Amino acid sequence: MQDIIIIGAGVTGCAIARELSRYELDVCVIEKSSDVCEGTSKANSGIVHAGYDAKPGSLKAKLNVRGNEMMEQLSKDLDFPFKRNGSLVLCFDAKDKGQLERLLEQGRQNGVKDLRIITGDEARKIEPELSDEVCFALYAPTGGIVCPFNLTIALAENAAVNGVKFHLDTEVIGVSKENDGYLVKTSKGDFKSRIVVNASGVYAAKIHNLVSDEKINIVPRKGEYCLFDKTVGGLVSSTIFQLPTKYGKGVLVTPTVHGNLLVGPNAVDIDDFEGVNTTAEGLSDILKRGGLSVKQLPTRQIITSFAGLRAHEDKGDFVIGEAKDAPGFFDAAGIESPGLSCAPAIGEYMADMIVEKYPAKRKENFVSKRKGIPSMALASPEEKKKLIEENHLYANVVCRCELVTEGEIVDSIKRPLGATTLDGVKRRTRAGMGRCQAGFCSPKTVEILARELGVDEGEITKNNKGSEFIVGKIKEL
Amino acid sequence: MDKDLVIIGGGPAGLAAAIAAKEAGVSDLLILERDNKLGGILNQCIHNGFGLHTFKEELTGPEYAARFIDKALKLEIPYKLETMVIDISKDGEYKLVSYMNREEGLVVVRAKAVILCMGCRERSRGALNIPGYRPAGIYTAGTAQRYVNIEGRMPGKEVVILGSGDIGLIMARRMTFEGAKVKLVAELMPYSGGLKRNIAQCLNDFDIPLLLSHTVVDIKGKERVEAVVIAKVDENSKPVPGTEEEIKCDTLLLSCGLIPENELSNALGVVMNRVTGGPLVNESLETDIEGVFACGNVLHVHDLVDYVSEESAQAGKKAAEYLKAKEGKCSCSESGNKAEASIKINAVDGVRYTVPSVIRLSRMEDRQTVRFRVGAVYKKAAIQVLAGDKEIMNLKKAALAPGEMEQVILQKSVLEALPDLTEVTIRVKTD
Repeated sequence: MQDIIIIGAGVTGCAIARELSRYELDVCVIEKSSDVCEGTSKANSGIVHAGYDAKPGSLKAKLNVRGNEMMEQLSKDLDFPFKRNGSLVLCFDAKDKGQLERLLEQGRQNGVKDLRIITGDEARKIEPELSDEVCFALYAPTGGIVCPFNLTIALAENAAVNGVKFHLDTEVIGVSKENDGYLVKTSKGDFKSRIVVNASGVYAAKIHNLVSDEKINIVPRKGEYCLFDKTVGGLVSSTIFQLPTKYGKGVLVTPTVHGNLLVGPNAVDIDDFEGVNTTAEGLSDILKRGGLSVKQLPTRQIITSFAGLRAHEDKGDFVIGEAKDAPGFFDAAGIESPGLSCAPAIGEYMADMIVEKYPAKRKENFVSKRKGIPSMALASPEEKKKLIEENHLYANVVCRCELVTEGEIVDSIKRPLGATTLDGVKRRTRAGMGRCQAGFCSPKTVEILARELGVDEGEITKNNKGSEFIVGKIKEL
Repeated sequence: MDKDLVIIGGGPAGLAAAIAAKEAGVSDLLILERDNKLGGILNQCIHNGFGLHTFKEELTGPEYAARFIDKALKLEIPYKLETMVIDISKDGEYKLVSYMNREEGLVVVRAKAVILCMGCRERSRGALNIPGYRPAGIYTAGTAQRYVNIEGRMPGKEVVILGSGDIGLIMARRMTFEGAKVKLVAELMPYSGGLKRNIAQCLNDFDIPLLLSHTVVDIKGKERVEAVVIAKVDENSKPVPGTEEEIKCDTLLLSCGLIPENELSNALGVVMNRVTGGPLVNESLETDIEGVFACGNVLHVHDLVDYVSEESAQAGKKAAEYLKAKEGKCSCSESGNKAEASIKINAVDGVRYTVPSVIRLSRMEDRQTVRFRVGAVYKKAAIQVLAGDKEIMNLKKAALAPGEMEQVILQKSVLEALPDLTEVTIRVKTD
């Protein structure tokens, strides 16, 4: 019998796991994918919102402002990239200035600091590449950008170091109430637990509705993105949002925390819970709409495009808390934007809620800090030399576009909850994230993975089972 | 560490440049190669067809490379393997080349001259912005070639190839030899970007259909590719609705163009040619930064390695002349004289670019090769060369195509005979 099972190893599940790992509790996370951060958490804007978007009084509003406040210290404790780059909401028509004022007021009510409305010219002083059509903007200096992969992985690793067990490649197929807790049936056998936390993203309604008669409904809402080469990452330095335009809800243009440029997303409700395919219409739509914000989008510099699914709950707010008719079953459902920004706060909020009802003792030996993988690309020449002195594999460059070395890749595999797939290595080290999109480094990374994991290269996958790179040896077909 | 000449890349360009420089008297030189052997991409090109121009015989890629590697070894040209150059910067007249390898860690070399020979990379699925899922089974043709020819691994069994670049054509045949079924090659343009001989020998001989004016509009399969959807495109390369066809396959290979790898050149601040994606160079294949030369696919994408070798030998020779001039050992010691008379080469009317793009008469050899590509397919056309307004060359061509690099050879004596000449124009002349 577990104390707590968390279903889902996205950013929400991992944040909750890390907060719960502060207590003397037996916690495990069950995840259907081969790695953490494989669903909504891997494909989003990577934005830490300031917090003016959500309706005052909503969970989204409260947790966003708190999450934004927590992010900076957390990024230092857990060593993941975060930058407070500020954000702008653009207004293209003076008639719409009222909408900015409403956002400003909403933000103030939510407790967002230093918000102000500036003129188009002032905005262009901050961001010279902004479109000349911009007449006003809401400026939020507390807006930020974060690496969604490293945030999630850091939370998961730290939780693991503090005793949380992760069951990957394990799909939940049933949850049912038993006398003293819950029976969680999975593709890898049954688990029993006093408490279940439902952090299963787009599947959260399905899981919730297994144990509660107070049904919720989640629709996967697809958002498509284009990612641009680092050579144009400096086009803007702040995150650029738009008020809704005649072409629909605004599309953002932002630098990523790693220095690429990101444009997206659109919002299309779909039926397929795994429908992360991009579409020609979607991509052309976001480029057209994103293009309104700046003088010119350098579309020749696109290096990849992707789509993610937001878990949109019908009522529009997060569903966080114990199900009324299912004691011990806690939801973190409907976690759509600003879910990434909120994650640390959701973890804290959920853990507080659980231990309030089911008291637990705080650990004395909780490890609050985690050291990430050193990055040769970001290291100074002196730091590079030092890293190489410690481990000569840090001198062997595998991914030339992002300057990732064999040392970093081996570290990503060997550390707690290490990478076992090419995508796992990619999200932990950035190998393959650059302009050649793994053309040169993937055969080498596959080789290193096979060597370190002690398996044949043919068994190495991109991500989940069935995504093997190689179908056999030559002369075998 | 100080070096007279550092050559970045030990592929066909770097080898030919190093050999020519050494033969022209540069002894303090060094090749830096990132792979574990010299020869570059030739090592995975195990098909034949290399060397027809240079050696008058048909060699495989590794055999062609071996001729140059042997010569480099005989000349005792120093080289370092598994060594990645991570930065080049200027330090007065010197260039600082930073490299890393396991044995030495991080090293900075102070070089008097540098030859850029970094080659090129393939355009990826992301850069093509092909919609659909992102499963395993999508490879650039060169990556697949590495898996098959170097690692001995098969990346797939049922293959669709997008793009009819030469590597894609070669891989259509190679995958077929290994028992895979290559269902078709789709090409966005109404003509192939590959060599005619490759279409004949790699597609036609194996009954692999080439669908011109077609592209991939969707990729299906969540973990591994299950199918791709192809469609016809109109004259603006836009898919024509209603022409979609789903093709079952487990692999999509991309052969949609090569991009010179100029990240280091950009870090150094070299002025680039927007058309080629490579540096702008003069007759000596020297960039706008004195003492920095470029050749091979980092300069502009070639279709025949023979021309890479020829061009790179020129760069090596000119780098040697530059170094001699610096030491004042040569009569051509007006090095660094920016006011020198130069002739600009204009690429117009179907000629997309030229390499070089400027010629300084004083440094010009008696015969100067000018290489270029045309932007469309032409039948019964001519390449016309004008010196100022005067036609100095008119070469009849039965056919011209973007997939085949063209060249003209300018005679120094002809240009010298025209006083105050500032411009040469190269154009396609049609009737």
